[in-house]
Amino acid sequence: MTEPRVTATIEAAYRIESPRVIAAAARIVRDVGIAEEIAQDALVAALEQWPESGVPDKPGAWLTATARRRAIDLVRRKETYARKLAEVGRSLEDTTPPPDPPDPENIDDDLLRLIFTACHPVLPTASRTALTLRLLGGLTTAEIARALLAAEPAVAQRIVRAKRALATAGVGFEVPYGEDRAARLSSVLEVIYLIFNEGYTATAGDDVVRPALCEDALRLARVLAALMPGEPEVHGLAALLEFQASRIPARTGPDGAPVLLADQNRTRWNRPLMRRGADALARAGGGGPYALQAAIAACHARAARYEDTDWAMIATLYGRLLTLTGSPVVALNRAVAVSMAEGPAAGLALVDALREEPALKDYHLLPSVRGDLLARLGRDAEASEEFRRAASLTHNERERELLLERSAR
Amino acid sequence: MPRFITLIRNDEQNIPADGFPADFGARMGALLEEITKAGVMLDTAGLTPSSEGTRVTLSGGKLTYTDGPFTETKEVIGGYSIIQAKDKEEALYWTKRFLEIHPDVWNITAEVRQITED
Repeated sequence: MTEPRVTATIEAAYRIESPRVIAAAARIVRDVGIAEEIAQDALVAALEQWPESGVPDKPGAWLTATARRRAIDLVRRKETYARKLAEVGRSLEDTTPPPDPPDPENIDDDLLRLIFTACHPVLPTASRTALTLRLLGGLTTAEIARALLAAEPAVAQRIVRAKRALATAGVGFEVPYGEDRAARLSSVLEVIYLIFNEGYTATAGDDVVRPALCEDALRLARVLAALMPGEPEVHGLAALLEFQASRIPARTGPDGAPVLLADQNRTRWNRPLMRRGADALARAGGGGPYALQAAIAACHARAARYEDTDWAMIATLYGRLLTLTGSPVVALNRAVAVSMAEGPAAGLALVDALREEPALKDYHLLPSVRGDLLARLGRDAEASEEFRRAASLTHNERERELLLERSAR
Repeated sequence: MPRFITLIRNDEQNIPADGFPADFGARMGALLEEITKAGVMLDTAGLTPSSEGTRVTLSGGKLTYTDGPFTETKEVIGGYSIIQAKDKEEALYWTKRFLEIHPDVWNITAEVRQITED
């Protein structure tokens, strides 16, 4: 093997294995910041040794073992130091627990602990996102900054503060059980979904980088589904992301303009991802909010043409989602589905019931949907009024033009 | 994130008589689980021997069918995998891991090719 190939292999190995290496070290030192430094030390050791000795059969195991050894050394040194402090009569401040005996079979658990720690609710959402991409997605600070359209120093600051906040808050490096688990798991799923949407709804920035965020999130969801096969909503989220990702090739036209679902060229949908979505949905059982959204996505996926869409089923699924979440936005989506299944009058009755909803007061899609239904009922003057109102509420220039144009019809 | 197909070529004429060592299945299973858990594996499978395959050729507007085995070809495709990886280095990393668990007496070529995404 030539020298450059060895370096490239080491870099690829590190990127792939770093979450597990960090996780293994974090279990021992109980601090994700220190664990990341230890993991980087292990990488330096690999860069020094592998060009001579060759890349080992299991590079991940080598890196993990090296990191573990260093982590244990560090804890031992700290303990010795603390004991000496105690001997000279000072208070024993360092309460770091002794390391668990290393168990190479426990990597999966370590990785789960790392995911749950990075997504801990003690951190602001933006920090959870950045830290998860850094520790679990293997992205560099520069890559995260580019993807999140933020300045690199700001992202670096955010990550440093997040690590410190976790240490200060004494966040246990653990996967919670019982009641806590559901609450914490929902934070983990939310972070992965946010990362996906950051890429999916991108309206600005580098086109090449932002869709890659969708892939990062998809990969995280797949990893989580493999680690927690018994959690239906994890499969639900994975299914939802597989379906959404399957449409990415059809979501923009040749000129980069967004293409609505109704107008998408469905032959451009990625079939293997749709199949993976259906498989994950089958494992999800269909009960939770992500699984329900995935089931709705599956209805669209099953329709070879827009006209073939099973709107009655989609309306039913939105009804269940509404019961679960109580979200007015879901109620509005349900109204659209009902109008497609039962006609505009049935949809309009549901939309009218939402007009007093405070959460939708400035939401441009409410008048936009209402305008659409009124137009379908032939009430053109009222429709025009609603489109104008919607145009005044949207922040998207392209959308405003479209709404004003409809208003003038 | 690009997709890569890895085509595994082996020499059907020179498969070791004693087949795979006893622990090979377990090692392969563990590696495939690892690749799946890394979130990159989309699909993988081995193929039945070329004796059960058929080549369909279009040449000069004329179709011909040739049943296997394809003895004139030294190496035939014995399996494939499709993964979604950040870059080619990552695809090569998993290919290296895959090849290394095979016994030394096997001669295998893995061809890693990126799939075009319109």
